[in-house]
Amino acid sequence: MENTTENVHFNVATDNDNIIWLHFDKADAGTNVLNTEVFDQLDQHLQKIAAQSPRGLVILSDKANGFIAGADITAFTRIKTSDEALGFLHRGQEVFNRLEALPFPTVALIHGFCLGGGTELSLACRYRVTRDDPGTRMGLPEVKLGIHPGWGGSARMVPLLGGLKAMDLILSGRSIDGRTGKRMGLVDLVVPERHMRAAARKLVLESPTPHQPGLLDRLSNNALVRPLLARVFSQQVAKRAPKNHYPSPYAMIDIWRKHATDKRRMLDAEAQSLANLMTGATAQNLVRVFFLQEQLKSLGKDKTYQPKSVHVIGAGTMGGDIAAWCTFRGFHVTLQDQSPERIAPAVKRAYTLFKRKLKRPIKINEAMDRLMPDHKGIGVERADIIIEAIFEDANVKRSLYKDIEPRMKPDAILATNTSSIPLEELSSALSKPERLVGLHFFNPVAMMQLVEVVTGEATSAEVAARAMTFTRQIDRLPLPVTSTPGFMVNRILMPYLMEAVLLEAEGVPPAVIDKAATDFGMPMGPVQLADTVGLDICLHVAEILAEHFNAEIPQRLKKLVADGNLGRKSGRGFYSYKKGKPVKQKAGDGNWNVDEITNRLIDRLLNESVSCVREHVVESDELLDAGMIFGTGFAPFRGGPMHHIDAVGAEVIYQQLQSLEKLRGKRFTPDPGWEAMTKSSGGKHV
Amino acid sequence: MGERQSGWGGRPVFVVDGSRTPYIKARGKPGPFSASDLAVAAGQPLLARQPFAAGDFDEVILGCMMPSEDEANIARVAALRLGCGDRVPAWTVQRNCASGMQSIDSAAQNIASGRSSLVLAGGVEAMSRAPIMYNDTMVHWLAALARARTPMAKLKVLGGLRPGHFKPVIALLRGLTDPIVGLSMGQTAEILAHRFGITREMMDNFAVRSHLRLASAHENGDLDEIEVLYDTRGNIYDHDDGVRPDSSIEKLAKLRPVFDKPVGTVTAGNSAQITDGAAWLILASEESVSRHNLPVLGQLIDSQWAGLDPAQMGLGPDYAMAPIMQRHGLDTPDIDYFEINEAFAAQVLACITAWKDPEFCRNELHRDTPFTPIDEERLNVDGGAVAVGHPVGSSGARIVLHMLKLLQRKNAKRGMASICIGGGQGGAMLIERTTG
Repeated sequence: MENTTENVHFNVATDNDNIIWLHFDKADAGTNVLNTEVFDQLDQHLQKIAAQSPRGLVILSDKANGFIAGADITAFTRIKTSDEALGFLHRGQEVFNRLEALPFPTVALIHGFCLGGGTELSLACRYRVTRDDPGTRMGLPEVKLGIHPGWGGSARMVPLLGGLKAMDLILSGRSIDGRTGKRMGLVDLVVPERHMRAAARKLVLESPTPHQPGLLDRLSNNALVRPLLARVFSQQVAKRAPKNHYPSPYAMIDIWRKHATDKRRMLDAEAQSLANLMTGATAQNLVRVFFLQEQLKSLGKDKTYQPKSVHVIGAGTMGGDIAAWCTFRGFHVTLQDQSPERIAPAVKRAYTLFKRKLKRPIKINEAMDRLMPDHKGIGVERADIIIEAIFEDANVKRSLYKDIEPRMKPDAILATNTSSIPLEELSSALSKPERLVGLHFFNPVAMMQLVEVVTGEATSAEVAARAMTFTRQIDRLPLPVTSTPGFMVNRILMPYLMEAVLLEAEGVPPAVIDKAATDFGMPMGPVQLADTVGLDICLHVAEILAEHFNAEIPQRLKKLVADGNLGRKSGRGFYSYKKGKPVKQKAGDGNWNVDEITNRLIDRLLNESVSCVREHVVESDELLDAGMIFGTGFAPFRGGPMHHIDAVGAEVIYQQLQSLEKLRGKRFTPDPGWEAMTKSSGGKHV
Repeated sequence: MGERQSGWGGRPVFVVDGSRTPYIKARGKPGPFSASDLAVAAGQPLLARQPFAAGDFDEVILGCMMPSEDEANIARVAALRLGCGDRVPAWTVQRNCASGMQSIDSAAQNIASGRSSLVLAGGVEAMSRAPIMYNDTMVHWLAALARARTPMAKLKVLGGLRPGHFKPVIALLRGLTDPIVGLSMGQTAEILAHRFGITREMMDNFAVRSHLRLASAHENGDLDEIEVLYDTRGNIYDHDDGVRPDSSIEKLAKLRPVFDKPVGTVTAGNSAQITDGAAWLILASEESVSRHNLPVLGQLIDSQWAGLDPAQMGLGPDYAMAPIMQRHGLDTPDIDYFEINEAFAAQVLACITAWKDPEFCRNELHRDTPFTPIDEERLNVDGGAVAVGHPVGSSGARIVLHMLKLLQRKNAKRGMASICIGGGQGGAMLIERTTG
């Protein structure tokens, strides 16, 4: 590379066997990603290498964190037209085609993550070697961003693994480790770090026949079988991603159904389809969600804070699961409750989690050894972080804090999982109120990535920062919020849930209400959500919020709880439950005004969101969107509540609220925050 | 044999703290915990409450008769799992039923001589997990099958398979049988019962008392060295679960003799139970005690190992206790409390009968006068192995730990813990309470 004004992303070496080692080390970046400049340099290298006629070529990464993470997503956002997209896609295809056509053995030497375009590059090589460790994973996660592979991911994986296995990986977007990859035929050798170079050399020198899929796998690509399988795939995808909201997996299925055995046609179709999808709303919004997630991840990067031990008080559903999760993430955890009997179920659930996540007995046992049941509370004295997750009562919490504070390490943090009690009401019990911070987890802890990091008036900046760093260390997403009733997520959800209760009391079947919400894009309808959380908990939180926000609690909810119908956990709530699943009556023949139902539900949620932003519960629209998506699963393809308002037009929603206010009551009164939003040019919030 | 010095010939040896798991009765299938699980479960809360770190130990010693195939040098496995770190060496000891006392003895020796200053020592056994093994014929058959290369050769080997190949070797039963004299442990108890005139009624009464004393100790909170066990299914174990608070002579009378059928006297009811459990003690030199500012539970003064006829192994405690008494010029009333491990009610009763018998003392213990009789109100006061269970590798540690706790509770001065050992040995330890 003679041009010294450009960034140099690759370096080349030739060994004694005349094998060329092409090292990818993207300049000015901590992670290898693919963009136009990278493709250009790669292309030049490949041409030079081809001319040298080496024994073979090994492509590897010099970045410690992984091979290649995929396409440069920031490049995505700069692409404005589908023609631009097509150009970018064709360029990548061209380079990978050149790689595939090289007349000597080529090996992709993979460690760490290998995703999206990285996998596609490796598929253009003849062989793939992966490192044998849990951190090394391959996948094609494009569907999670509302797109699908466009650089030959499907065109090359389908003939290699067969339709069934390839489509499973592509449609789920899941990543697999080396051993799974080897079993599936994606990976040729899986070896520990110390043997990686030797494995690559072996494949080049011995040049074995590349993997062929087995008979059954090849059959799944058969032209007669594909239409049937395509229908099965569509049905499975539909369970979690309806077509009108998430078009990309269906587009992928279509491409496969039409062209599975013709690599050329598949490549063309991939590029065409993807060029359209990339500029569509869903993909743009899901990419936005990706960036929101990166934004949350960037909070809490203090490398100097290295807590080692966590003490959790309260082994109930939340406390027990928080303890298990922290243990899974490598902390030493002591778990306290009033008696061993109350801790035992949490130990069982922890074991289930470790089995699911860690799989190998050695790792499972290691994790179990890190978790110590501690009914005497010895752990208080050694903990760097104490997480309190006991009964939601300010008096009980205050008396606990008074009891443990004298025994805490001088700079230990006290974090409370309270979901609704403002921190100021709790910190009064501490002699050092600055050490109290809120770490509000969501249920179930292992699945919900969001943690609201609640800063009270007294909370010191250092404690808040440490809380965010700790949240990242346990691989959760920290959302800084102020200590106001309900914080952010519960506060926004509550009016939405209460509206659902009111609708139900008016006679609308729960199934109809829930369908309106899921059709909008919520992962679960509000009625079922309330049942799942527990109606007693909903009522309790509603009461606390009602106190502060002068709201009314529907009688229907109070009655259900008083009658002992607490939702899924008691077998009956709004729905009845069989084996934990709700019994949903068919929507029936009632002529329900679904649009009005949807608006009543969603607009209350949006109204409350505006309120939260205005009151600076959360610092920005982006953070609110991030919190709602990762804390409640709010329709990600819409980009979040504030982004949705933007897309539809603040003026439009404002008017909906006004007319609902006239029709249904003052609970729909638009928050003062709407003024600023509707005043901006064209009714769009900037 | 030259004149034996008392103690371990060096620095004083203190015990700082200890803990044990509840003892879990084996119930016909592998129990919920492996031996190392038990050791870790007992050790974690113990180490968590110390003012020093797990990495501060000079060594870890664990007694165990039958670690599993995945627990080679189980002391090291336990030490690493307990977070002692790579740098703390560990070793496993085995002196059959007294392995748990051997580890304490070895720890004491190393502290006394100055090799170590802070030692974690204990004993563990998971008898419910003793393996069922292929017999020799089967093992040879499997080897032949592995060697056969061609399909024909394999077929030939397969044809040689017989029902007899499948008869398992039950390791537990074999372990409890003396290979030199060919008697089960229970049969040695029958021999002692016969020799010393211990009747079925006496044994059963003793057994009932053991259960009632243990039940009462659980209730009164006199076993606070027990740390709760948690399994992966949401169950907890917080007391020795072989205890029968409702034990009675009538119930025991219904049981049939199990070792010498049909007219023997030793039954499952008046024998120690087959059990899983672990126990740990932290031993320290004076220097460690002051460096870490440690509380002292008591001091180990002396120990003794003795050999005798394997067919009468149950008398081992007498052979081990006597030389200690001799060296220190003590008679029975000088000892505030005794614990003699109850391998069998008959065996303990034989010990206390022999202890006061002039002929036995003269001929076997080389004493001109017999010892003053042991007061049964000062013997195994909180119940013994008949009710608690006898995890073979662990009991030696349990009885030393409990003696220290008992002396503390009763504000007493001196205790003697002793144990009979399969193969014809006895072990004993003299323990004193120190104030502060």
